[in-house]
Amino acid sequence: MRWGVLQFPGSCDERDALHACSLSGEARLVWHEERDLGGLDAIVVPGGFSYGDYLRAGAIARFSPAMEAVAEFAANGGPVLGICNGFQVLCEANLLPGALLRNENLRFVCRQVDLIPTDGPESGQIGRFEAHRWLSIPAKHGEGRYYAPEETLDEMEANGQIAFRYAPGQNPNGSLRDIAGVRNEAGNVLGLMPHPEHAVDPMTGSTDGLRVFESVARSLA
Amino acid sequence: MTPAGADAGVDGNPSLTPLPSTEAEQAAYEVLGLTEAEYLLIVEKLGREPNDVELAMFSLLWSEHCAYKHSRKLLRRLPTEGERVVMGPGENAGAVDVGSGHAVAFKVESHNHPSAVEPFQGAATGVGGILRDVFALGARPIAILDSLRFGELDSERSRFLLDGAVRGIGHYGNSIGVPTVGGEIYFEAPYEHNCLVNAMCVGLARTDEMVRAAAAGVGNAVVLMGAATGRDGIGGASVLASAELDDGDEAKRPTVQIGDPFEESKLLECCLELLGKGLLVSLQDLGAAGLTSSAGEMASAGGVGIDIDVARVPLREADMEPFEIMVSESQERMLAVVEPAQVADVLAVCEKWQTGGAEIGAITDSDQVRVLRGEEIVGEMPVEALVEGCPLYDLEPAEPGGWLYGNEDVLAERVAAVAGPTADPDDPGSILLALLASPSIASKRWAFEQYDSVVGSRTARRPESADAAVLAIPEAGSGIAISIDGNGRRVACDPYAGTVEAVLECTQNLACAGAEPLGLTNCLNFGNPEKPVTAWQLDRSVSGLADACEALGVPVVGGNVSLYNEGPEGPIYPSPVVGMVGGLPDPSAAAPSVFAREGDAIALVGPFAPSLAGSELAKLRGELDAGLPEPNVATVAATCVAVREAVRAGKLASAHDISDGGLACALAEAAIGSGRGCRIDLSPLLDRGCSAEEALFGEGTGGFLVSGERAALERLSDEGVELLVLGETGGEEIGIEAGDSTLRISALDAGAAWSSLGERLDRGS
Repeated sequence: MRWGVLQFPGSCDERDALHACSLSGEARLVWHEERDLGGLDAIVVPGGFSYGDYLRAGAIARFSPAMEAVAEFAANGGPVLGICNGFQVLCEANLLPGALLRNENLRFVCRQVDLIPTDGPESGQIGRFEAHRWLSIPAKHGEGRYYAPEETLDEMEANGQIAFRYAPGQNPNGSLRDIAGVRNEAGNVLGLMPHPEHAVDPMTGSTDGLRVFESVARSLA
Repeated sequence: MTPAGADAGVDGNPSLTPLPSTEAEQAAYEVLGLTEAEYLLIVEKLGREPNDVELAMFSLLWSEHCAYKHSRKLLRRLPTEGERVVMGPGENAGAVDVGSGHAVAFKVESHNHPSAVEPFQGAATGVGGILRDVFALGARPIAILDSLRFGELDSERSRFLLDGAVRGIGHYGNSIGVPTVGGEIYFEAPYEHNCLVNAMCVGLARTDEMVRAAAAGVGNAVVLMGAATGRDGIGGASVLASAELDDGDEAKRPTVQIGDPFEESKLLECCLELLGKGLLVSLQDLGAAGLTSSAGEMASAGGVGIDIDVARVPLREADMEPFEIMVSESQERMLAVVEPAQVADVLAVCEKWQTGGAEIGAITDSDQVRVLRGEEIVGEMPVEALVEGCPLYDLEPAEPGGWLYGNEDVLAERVAAVAGPTADPDDPGSILLALLASPSIASKRWAFEQYDSVVGSRTARRPESADAAVLAIPEAGSGIAISIDGNGRRVACDPYAGTVEAVLECTQNLACAGAEPLGLTNCLNFGNPEKPVTAWQLDRSVSGLADACEALGVPVVGGNVSLYNEGPEGPIYPSPVVGMVGGLPDPSAAAPSVFAREGDAIALVGPFAPSLAGSELAKLRGELDAGLPEPNVATVAATCVAVREAVRAGKLASAHDISDGGLACALAEAAIGSGRGCRIDLSPLLDRGCSAEEALFGEGTGGFLVSGERAALERLSDEGVELLVLGETGGEEIGIEAGDSTLRISALDAGAAWSSLGERLDRGS
């Protein structure tokens, strides 16, 4: 299992994601100007403030050479995991439906949240869990309010594209239908706002994030 | 260009235009904050009148903010040496050895006046500045803590400043990916006009990759990296930071800098890559007084001269004057000394990180700071005169006759707000609720949830889960604990004892985490030192700091002084803020501050002698007065060692220092966070001669509230530590017997009072 973790100017969580990936395989950083993803089995688009998030979160990063390569990688069925800013980038790149708006109370929020996972319908999809086991993972973001038109949300639910919801009463940002993470229709691209890479060590509070990385690995099996 | 060191002579150089000594021009130095005597001294040192570039540069480096002219003599009292000290005062930040070839660098610095004028950018650039101080050493920033002071929460101005400062800190720290892991906020009327925003940064470095700020190597290039230079922040150090605030502060907004964390993120990665590759001789951040202070201080520290060509400085605006370029406080800039053969490699790394890099000058053997514009010399001053020439002043302290600040009885009102209009303001349960809801004691969750506390994957104890922030240092196979503290009200009661208490509280916080103090940084926030009472506060406070550090064997490795913190109503409370870093073998062994299990014994450990003097309850009753009991430093220190060892050995299920609001508030906090109640009998404390009220709500240093197996707790007293078993955990109620007084409050009600800050802020009252 060889992971690539994108690194943009302004990325914050790339080293943490690299560490989390290295717990289940080899991992290297992919500089934003690189186009060659050869030899990589899965890609993580990490959290942070790519290119300062100027204009709109993720709006500039989607045009980077590395993201062009990621789009091609995803089109060929390669698994891609977007975390926080990475989720925003994947939405901007139209690799995932919907958009992430400023939190309802217009404040950044950092809080441990419980996530309820939902399995996708296909066995090869990433983000497959035992749905009764919630995940305790930190969320930290200023623009995490998931939005998509109602009819899109209905379709996504029907297609099994809602990957994670915040547990009842724990929605930290006003996301529609408590959505914390979604996948694409093919099931190989997953984005979520909370940070599984910060939940891989009991010392820092939880190891539930490991299950997210493991599910990517399982999708390749 | 005139060769460096060739004595061109000011008079012989037509480009240098001395200011004529007319009355109107003489006022120029006063506008810039210099006294007439200081101006005449500059003329004497130069042998002529300074031109406008030189005057601007002198006025900044001779400001209180840069020259420490009222505090430097006092600071010589502080102990600065120790076995673990890697870098001490005089560098961009201090650093201590944490083993395995690694060092932890840290410093606290104020950004008070900018924050009082424009809180969002003031606080944001305060964080940006302290981050640069730490990565200037070659240390990657791994934690931020903040110490904030505002007026009372019912003031609209205080809520505005609090909101802006918290957003600003979050904006900068979150965006650059450095976790904000702790801090404190106090609300007191004397900060109404002049809030305090102190930011502390902690960084981690490989000791062999660290770099000093001293310039070296005649002929080496001077490279300016980072953002382009604009007109922002001109005169920040002299006009804003070194004078009292008044009603015209809005007009000073242009002196506040604007922060860009993305620019700093690139600059940070760029600098760390350059240092990792060994491409820099020295590195210095550009803070107050911009290029003037960084170039001057690097040259002074290295005993060399420096040439800066303003024509080669990348500018945001084309038509900037040389003096503007030299004093601009544009953010996100660093100055490096580079060997000529390495300049191309350095600029290539800047290019990679898409940050600015320009060779703007050279190190010379002239002993002069020379400012050039192309071929033309526009300023030339001896390094020594500019950087070290400012006269240092003796303070003229005078002890005041009594309590200097106001008193207002608000207890009945506060009790009614939290316990209902019929509640009795003398009932201990109602008092406890009022104290828990008091903004200085209440949970600061509203603020710290706006900060990323987990990025970097080192945060083993998040805010309010333990007494100190705890970070893992896997590079050294260990961890560190960090605490920042300073209760200005208690320092106002007794500047000496109050400052000793601040140092002891940090030490106690570290002990609860199992950490041994390694080093201390401080920020001395005081009023106008030219006033005898403020001078006395400053003098006594520094003595307290020095004596406490000496007694504990903790070196002071860096710090900052912020004077002239006054508004139209008078000075702030004297507010030394102490930041302490400690080492611990195992971050996961740090004790939580909340009860962990049902049926654990609860004990009071240490030489705790509670008194209502200077307490939160005395404040609410409007009974503040001068004077505090004298802390027993040696006994507190010995208790800290015993608690630390017990925590490391896993003998304590929880450990919490007894601080604001006394034992009752400490018990309530330990109960609220765990959802577990407690049954307590304070008669052992009453037997020591305390009144019931003192035992419940009295404050003082040296007390720990611990829980665990009774036998394990009792072993602490075998080590000669004072220990009183007071009760046990259990139930859903906080129940305390104190002689004839009985206090019964459900943990839920206590929690609602303690957690009320966010709701009050959102409601705007």
